[in-house]
Amino acid sequence: MKTCLADNKSRKKNIVSESIKENIKIFWYKFSKNKLSVVGLSIVILTMLLALFASYIAPYPEHVQEYVDYDSANLPPNSTNLFGTDIFGRDMLTRVIFSFRDALLMGIIVLVISVPIGTFLGLIAGYYSGTWIESTIMRTTDIFLALPPLLFALAIASVLEPGFKSSVSAITVLWWPWYTRVVYGMAQSIKNEYFVKNAELIGASKVHILIKEILPNCLSPVFTKMALDVGWIILIGASLSFVGLGEQPPKPAFGQMISDGVRYMPEFWWMVLFPALGVAFTILGFNFLGDGMRDALDKGVR
Amino acid sequence: MLSYIVKRLLQGVFVVIGISILIFIISRIVPGDPARMALGPRAPQFAVDELKKEMHFDKPITVQYLHWFRGVIKGDFGKSLNTKRPVSKDIKDFFPATLELVLFSGFLLIVFSIIFGLLSTKYRDTWVDSVIRIFSYFGISTPAFVRAALLLLIFGYLWKLFPVFGRLSAGILIPKRVTGMITIDSLIAGDFKAFADSLKHLLLPSIALTTGPIFQEARIIRSSLIDNMNKEYIAMVNAYGIPKDKVLGKYLLKPSFIPVVSVMGLDIAQLMGDAFLVETIFCWPGISRYGINAMLNKDLNSISAVIVIIGIIFLIVNIIVDLVIAWIDPRVRLGGS
Repeated sequence: MKTCLADNKSRKKNIVSESIKENIKIFWYKFSKNKLSVVGLSIVILTMLLALFASYIAPYPEHVQEYVDYDSANLPPNSTNLFGTDIFGRDMLTRVIFSFRDALLMGIIVLVISVPIGTFLGLIAGYYSGTWIESTIMRTTDIFLALPPLLFALAIASVLEPGFKSSVSAITVLWWPWYTRVVYGMAQSIKNEYFVKNAELIGASKVHILIKEILPNCLSPVFTKMALDVGWIILIGASLSFVGLGEQPPKPAFGQMISDGVRYMPEFWWMVLFPALGVAFTILGFNFLGDGMRDALDKGVR
Repeated sequence: MLSYIVKRLLQGVFVVIGISILIFIISRIVPGDPARMALGPRAPQFAVDELKKEMHFDKPITVQYLHWFRGVIKGDFGKSLNTKRPVSKDIKDFFPATLELVLFSGFLLIVFSIIFGLLSTKYRDTWVDSVIRIFSYFGISTPAFVRAALLLLIFGYLWKLFPVFGRLSAGILIPKRVTGMITIDSLIAGDFKAFADSLKHLLLPSIALTTGPIFQEARIIRSSLIDNMNKEYIAMVNAYGIPKDKVLGKYLLKPSFIPVVSVMGLDIAQLMGDAFLVETIFCWPGISRYGINAMLNKDLNSISAVIVIIGIIFLIVNIIVDLVIAWIDPRVRLGGS
């Protein structure tokens, strides 16, 4: 009897892992059929590689610290400095490559912290809809969603000490409500499905129902949103650093380099152009990737 | 419908109060002494204490909030630590410039997203459609301030088509202040030279603000139009032999416009946030420079005021969006099917 049960269990596990494999296969097929999403994926992988191995790839890694060489300052793009140099004589290409680090790191940290919190609150609010728990959580999200995110981030970052950490915290603080809202809507409708009612009748614990029954059915839009959000977070991070509330010099960041470059605009155009292209390139990659994921997840994989 | 609006307004008031509490708490629990920051590290202690007393920083946070809230209801946002003037006066001075920019951008956004949406539907899968698609990719992947910098570089400095900063060229007198928006004031004063000049100054920042959302919305309008094209009533209209352009502009556009209205409202409200950075690049003397200075100097009264005011604008835009949807969509207007 016992062996039979164990057998059954392992077979069940097998079937589950088979179906997951099958789903991934379908997902990849649909994803790779769209050329743009493959382009997006390549851009994302490229930026990640650049960020990870910046100290090996960048030609002058010492130029991201305090470094001054006025003899080679303000050089237009040439064979030794492909992107030119800035007013302190630092190589722009090096600084652009190192900026990918902060940009990607910011996207990852913000999502790693805010997505679980937002998802959890959304689950609870959706499951307990109609109670004070729902109204407390959802009215709080309303407040957070009632301002343009960029402005909100600016306001929060401004009261903290300017730096990478505070800009990340500012964006994290206002990012969870978006996930709460997405999961809330899903959970609210799923909780009335028969399989949830069954679990309730059998006497399954609330934790089991929330985590094992409802959560897995809410994940697909969450993942899609995550892929689409990275670009947006990088955009807001760049905006914060543009104002001076992000990474502080001498460490490079896209926004900060652009705001420095704007001051020397017509003559030293390369100080603006290359950081601008860098940040646009990164965001574009994540947007293509996110769009591709959405389309691939939308049509069928369930 | 009316009761719905009243309900939305009440809800909105709660949200704005919530925002104000939130921003108040965040700004007061953070380490650092705002009075000390305002006066500088060398100011004597008694001056700091005096300022603290004047700004009520020495009282518990709930008392501070209630005091502040009572002022706000009367239109008094307290004194700016930065400019040493009442915040409400500062805002009255700086806000019209931002409002002018955002309203003009909103106008461009609505008009051109419809035009481009119709064009990319009419010339579907031709080069026109592709160009609009490429611009939409470019639009979503660049922050507004990056577009501003690039546009300034190309059209301001390289081709010198547009003035590069400010609201008016040197030598042109500012018309008498009525609304604070120079384009409107110059029209009221009948000064067409100033009007043309201010419009020229307005154009580049507005384009920078809207190039992202315009093309994105054009794409939404396009897909919505194409969805509706396959409906039976359109086959009917076509069967009557009504010209294609009329079908597109009259029978298709209105129902296809519904899904885009809410996105558009969100984007127009978003313009307020983006304007913050674009104004800095174009030296536009609006609320952004004021707000950013306030933020960099931890000028709490000004920060709270700017945030609350933009929260209120956000709320108004959302209500307008609801009204527009009700106006377009008979299902909403007449209450259920």
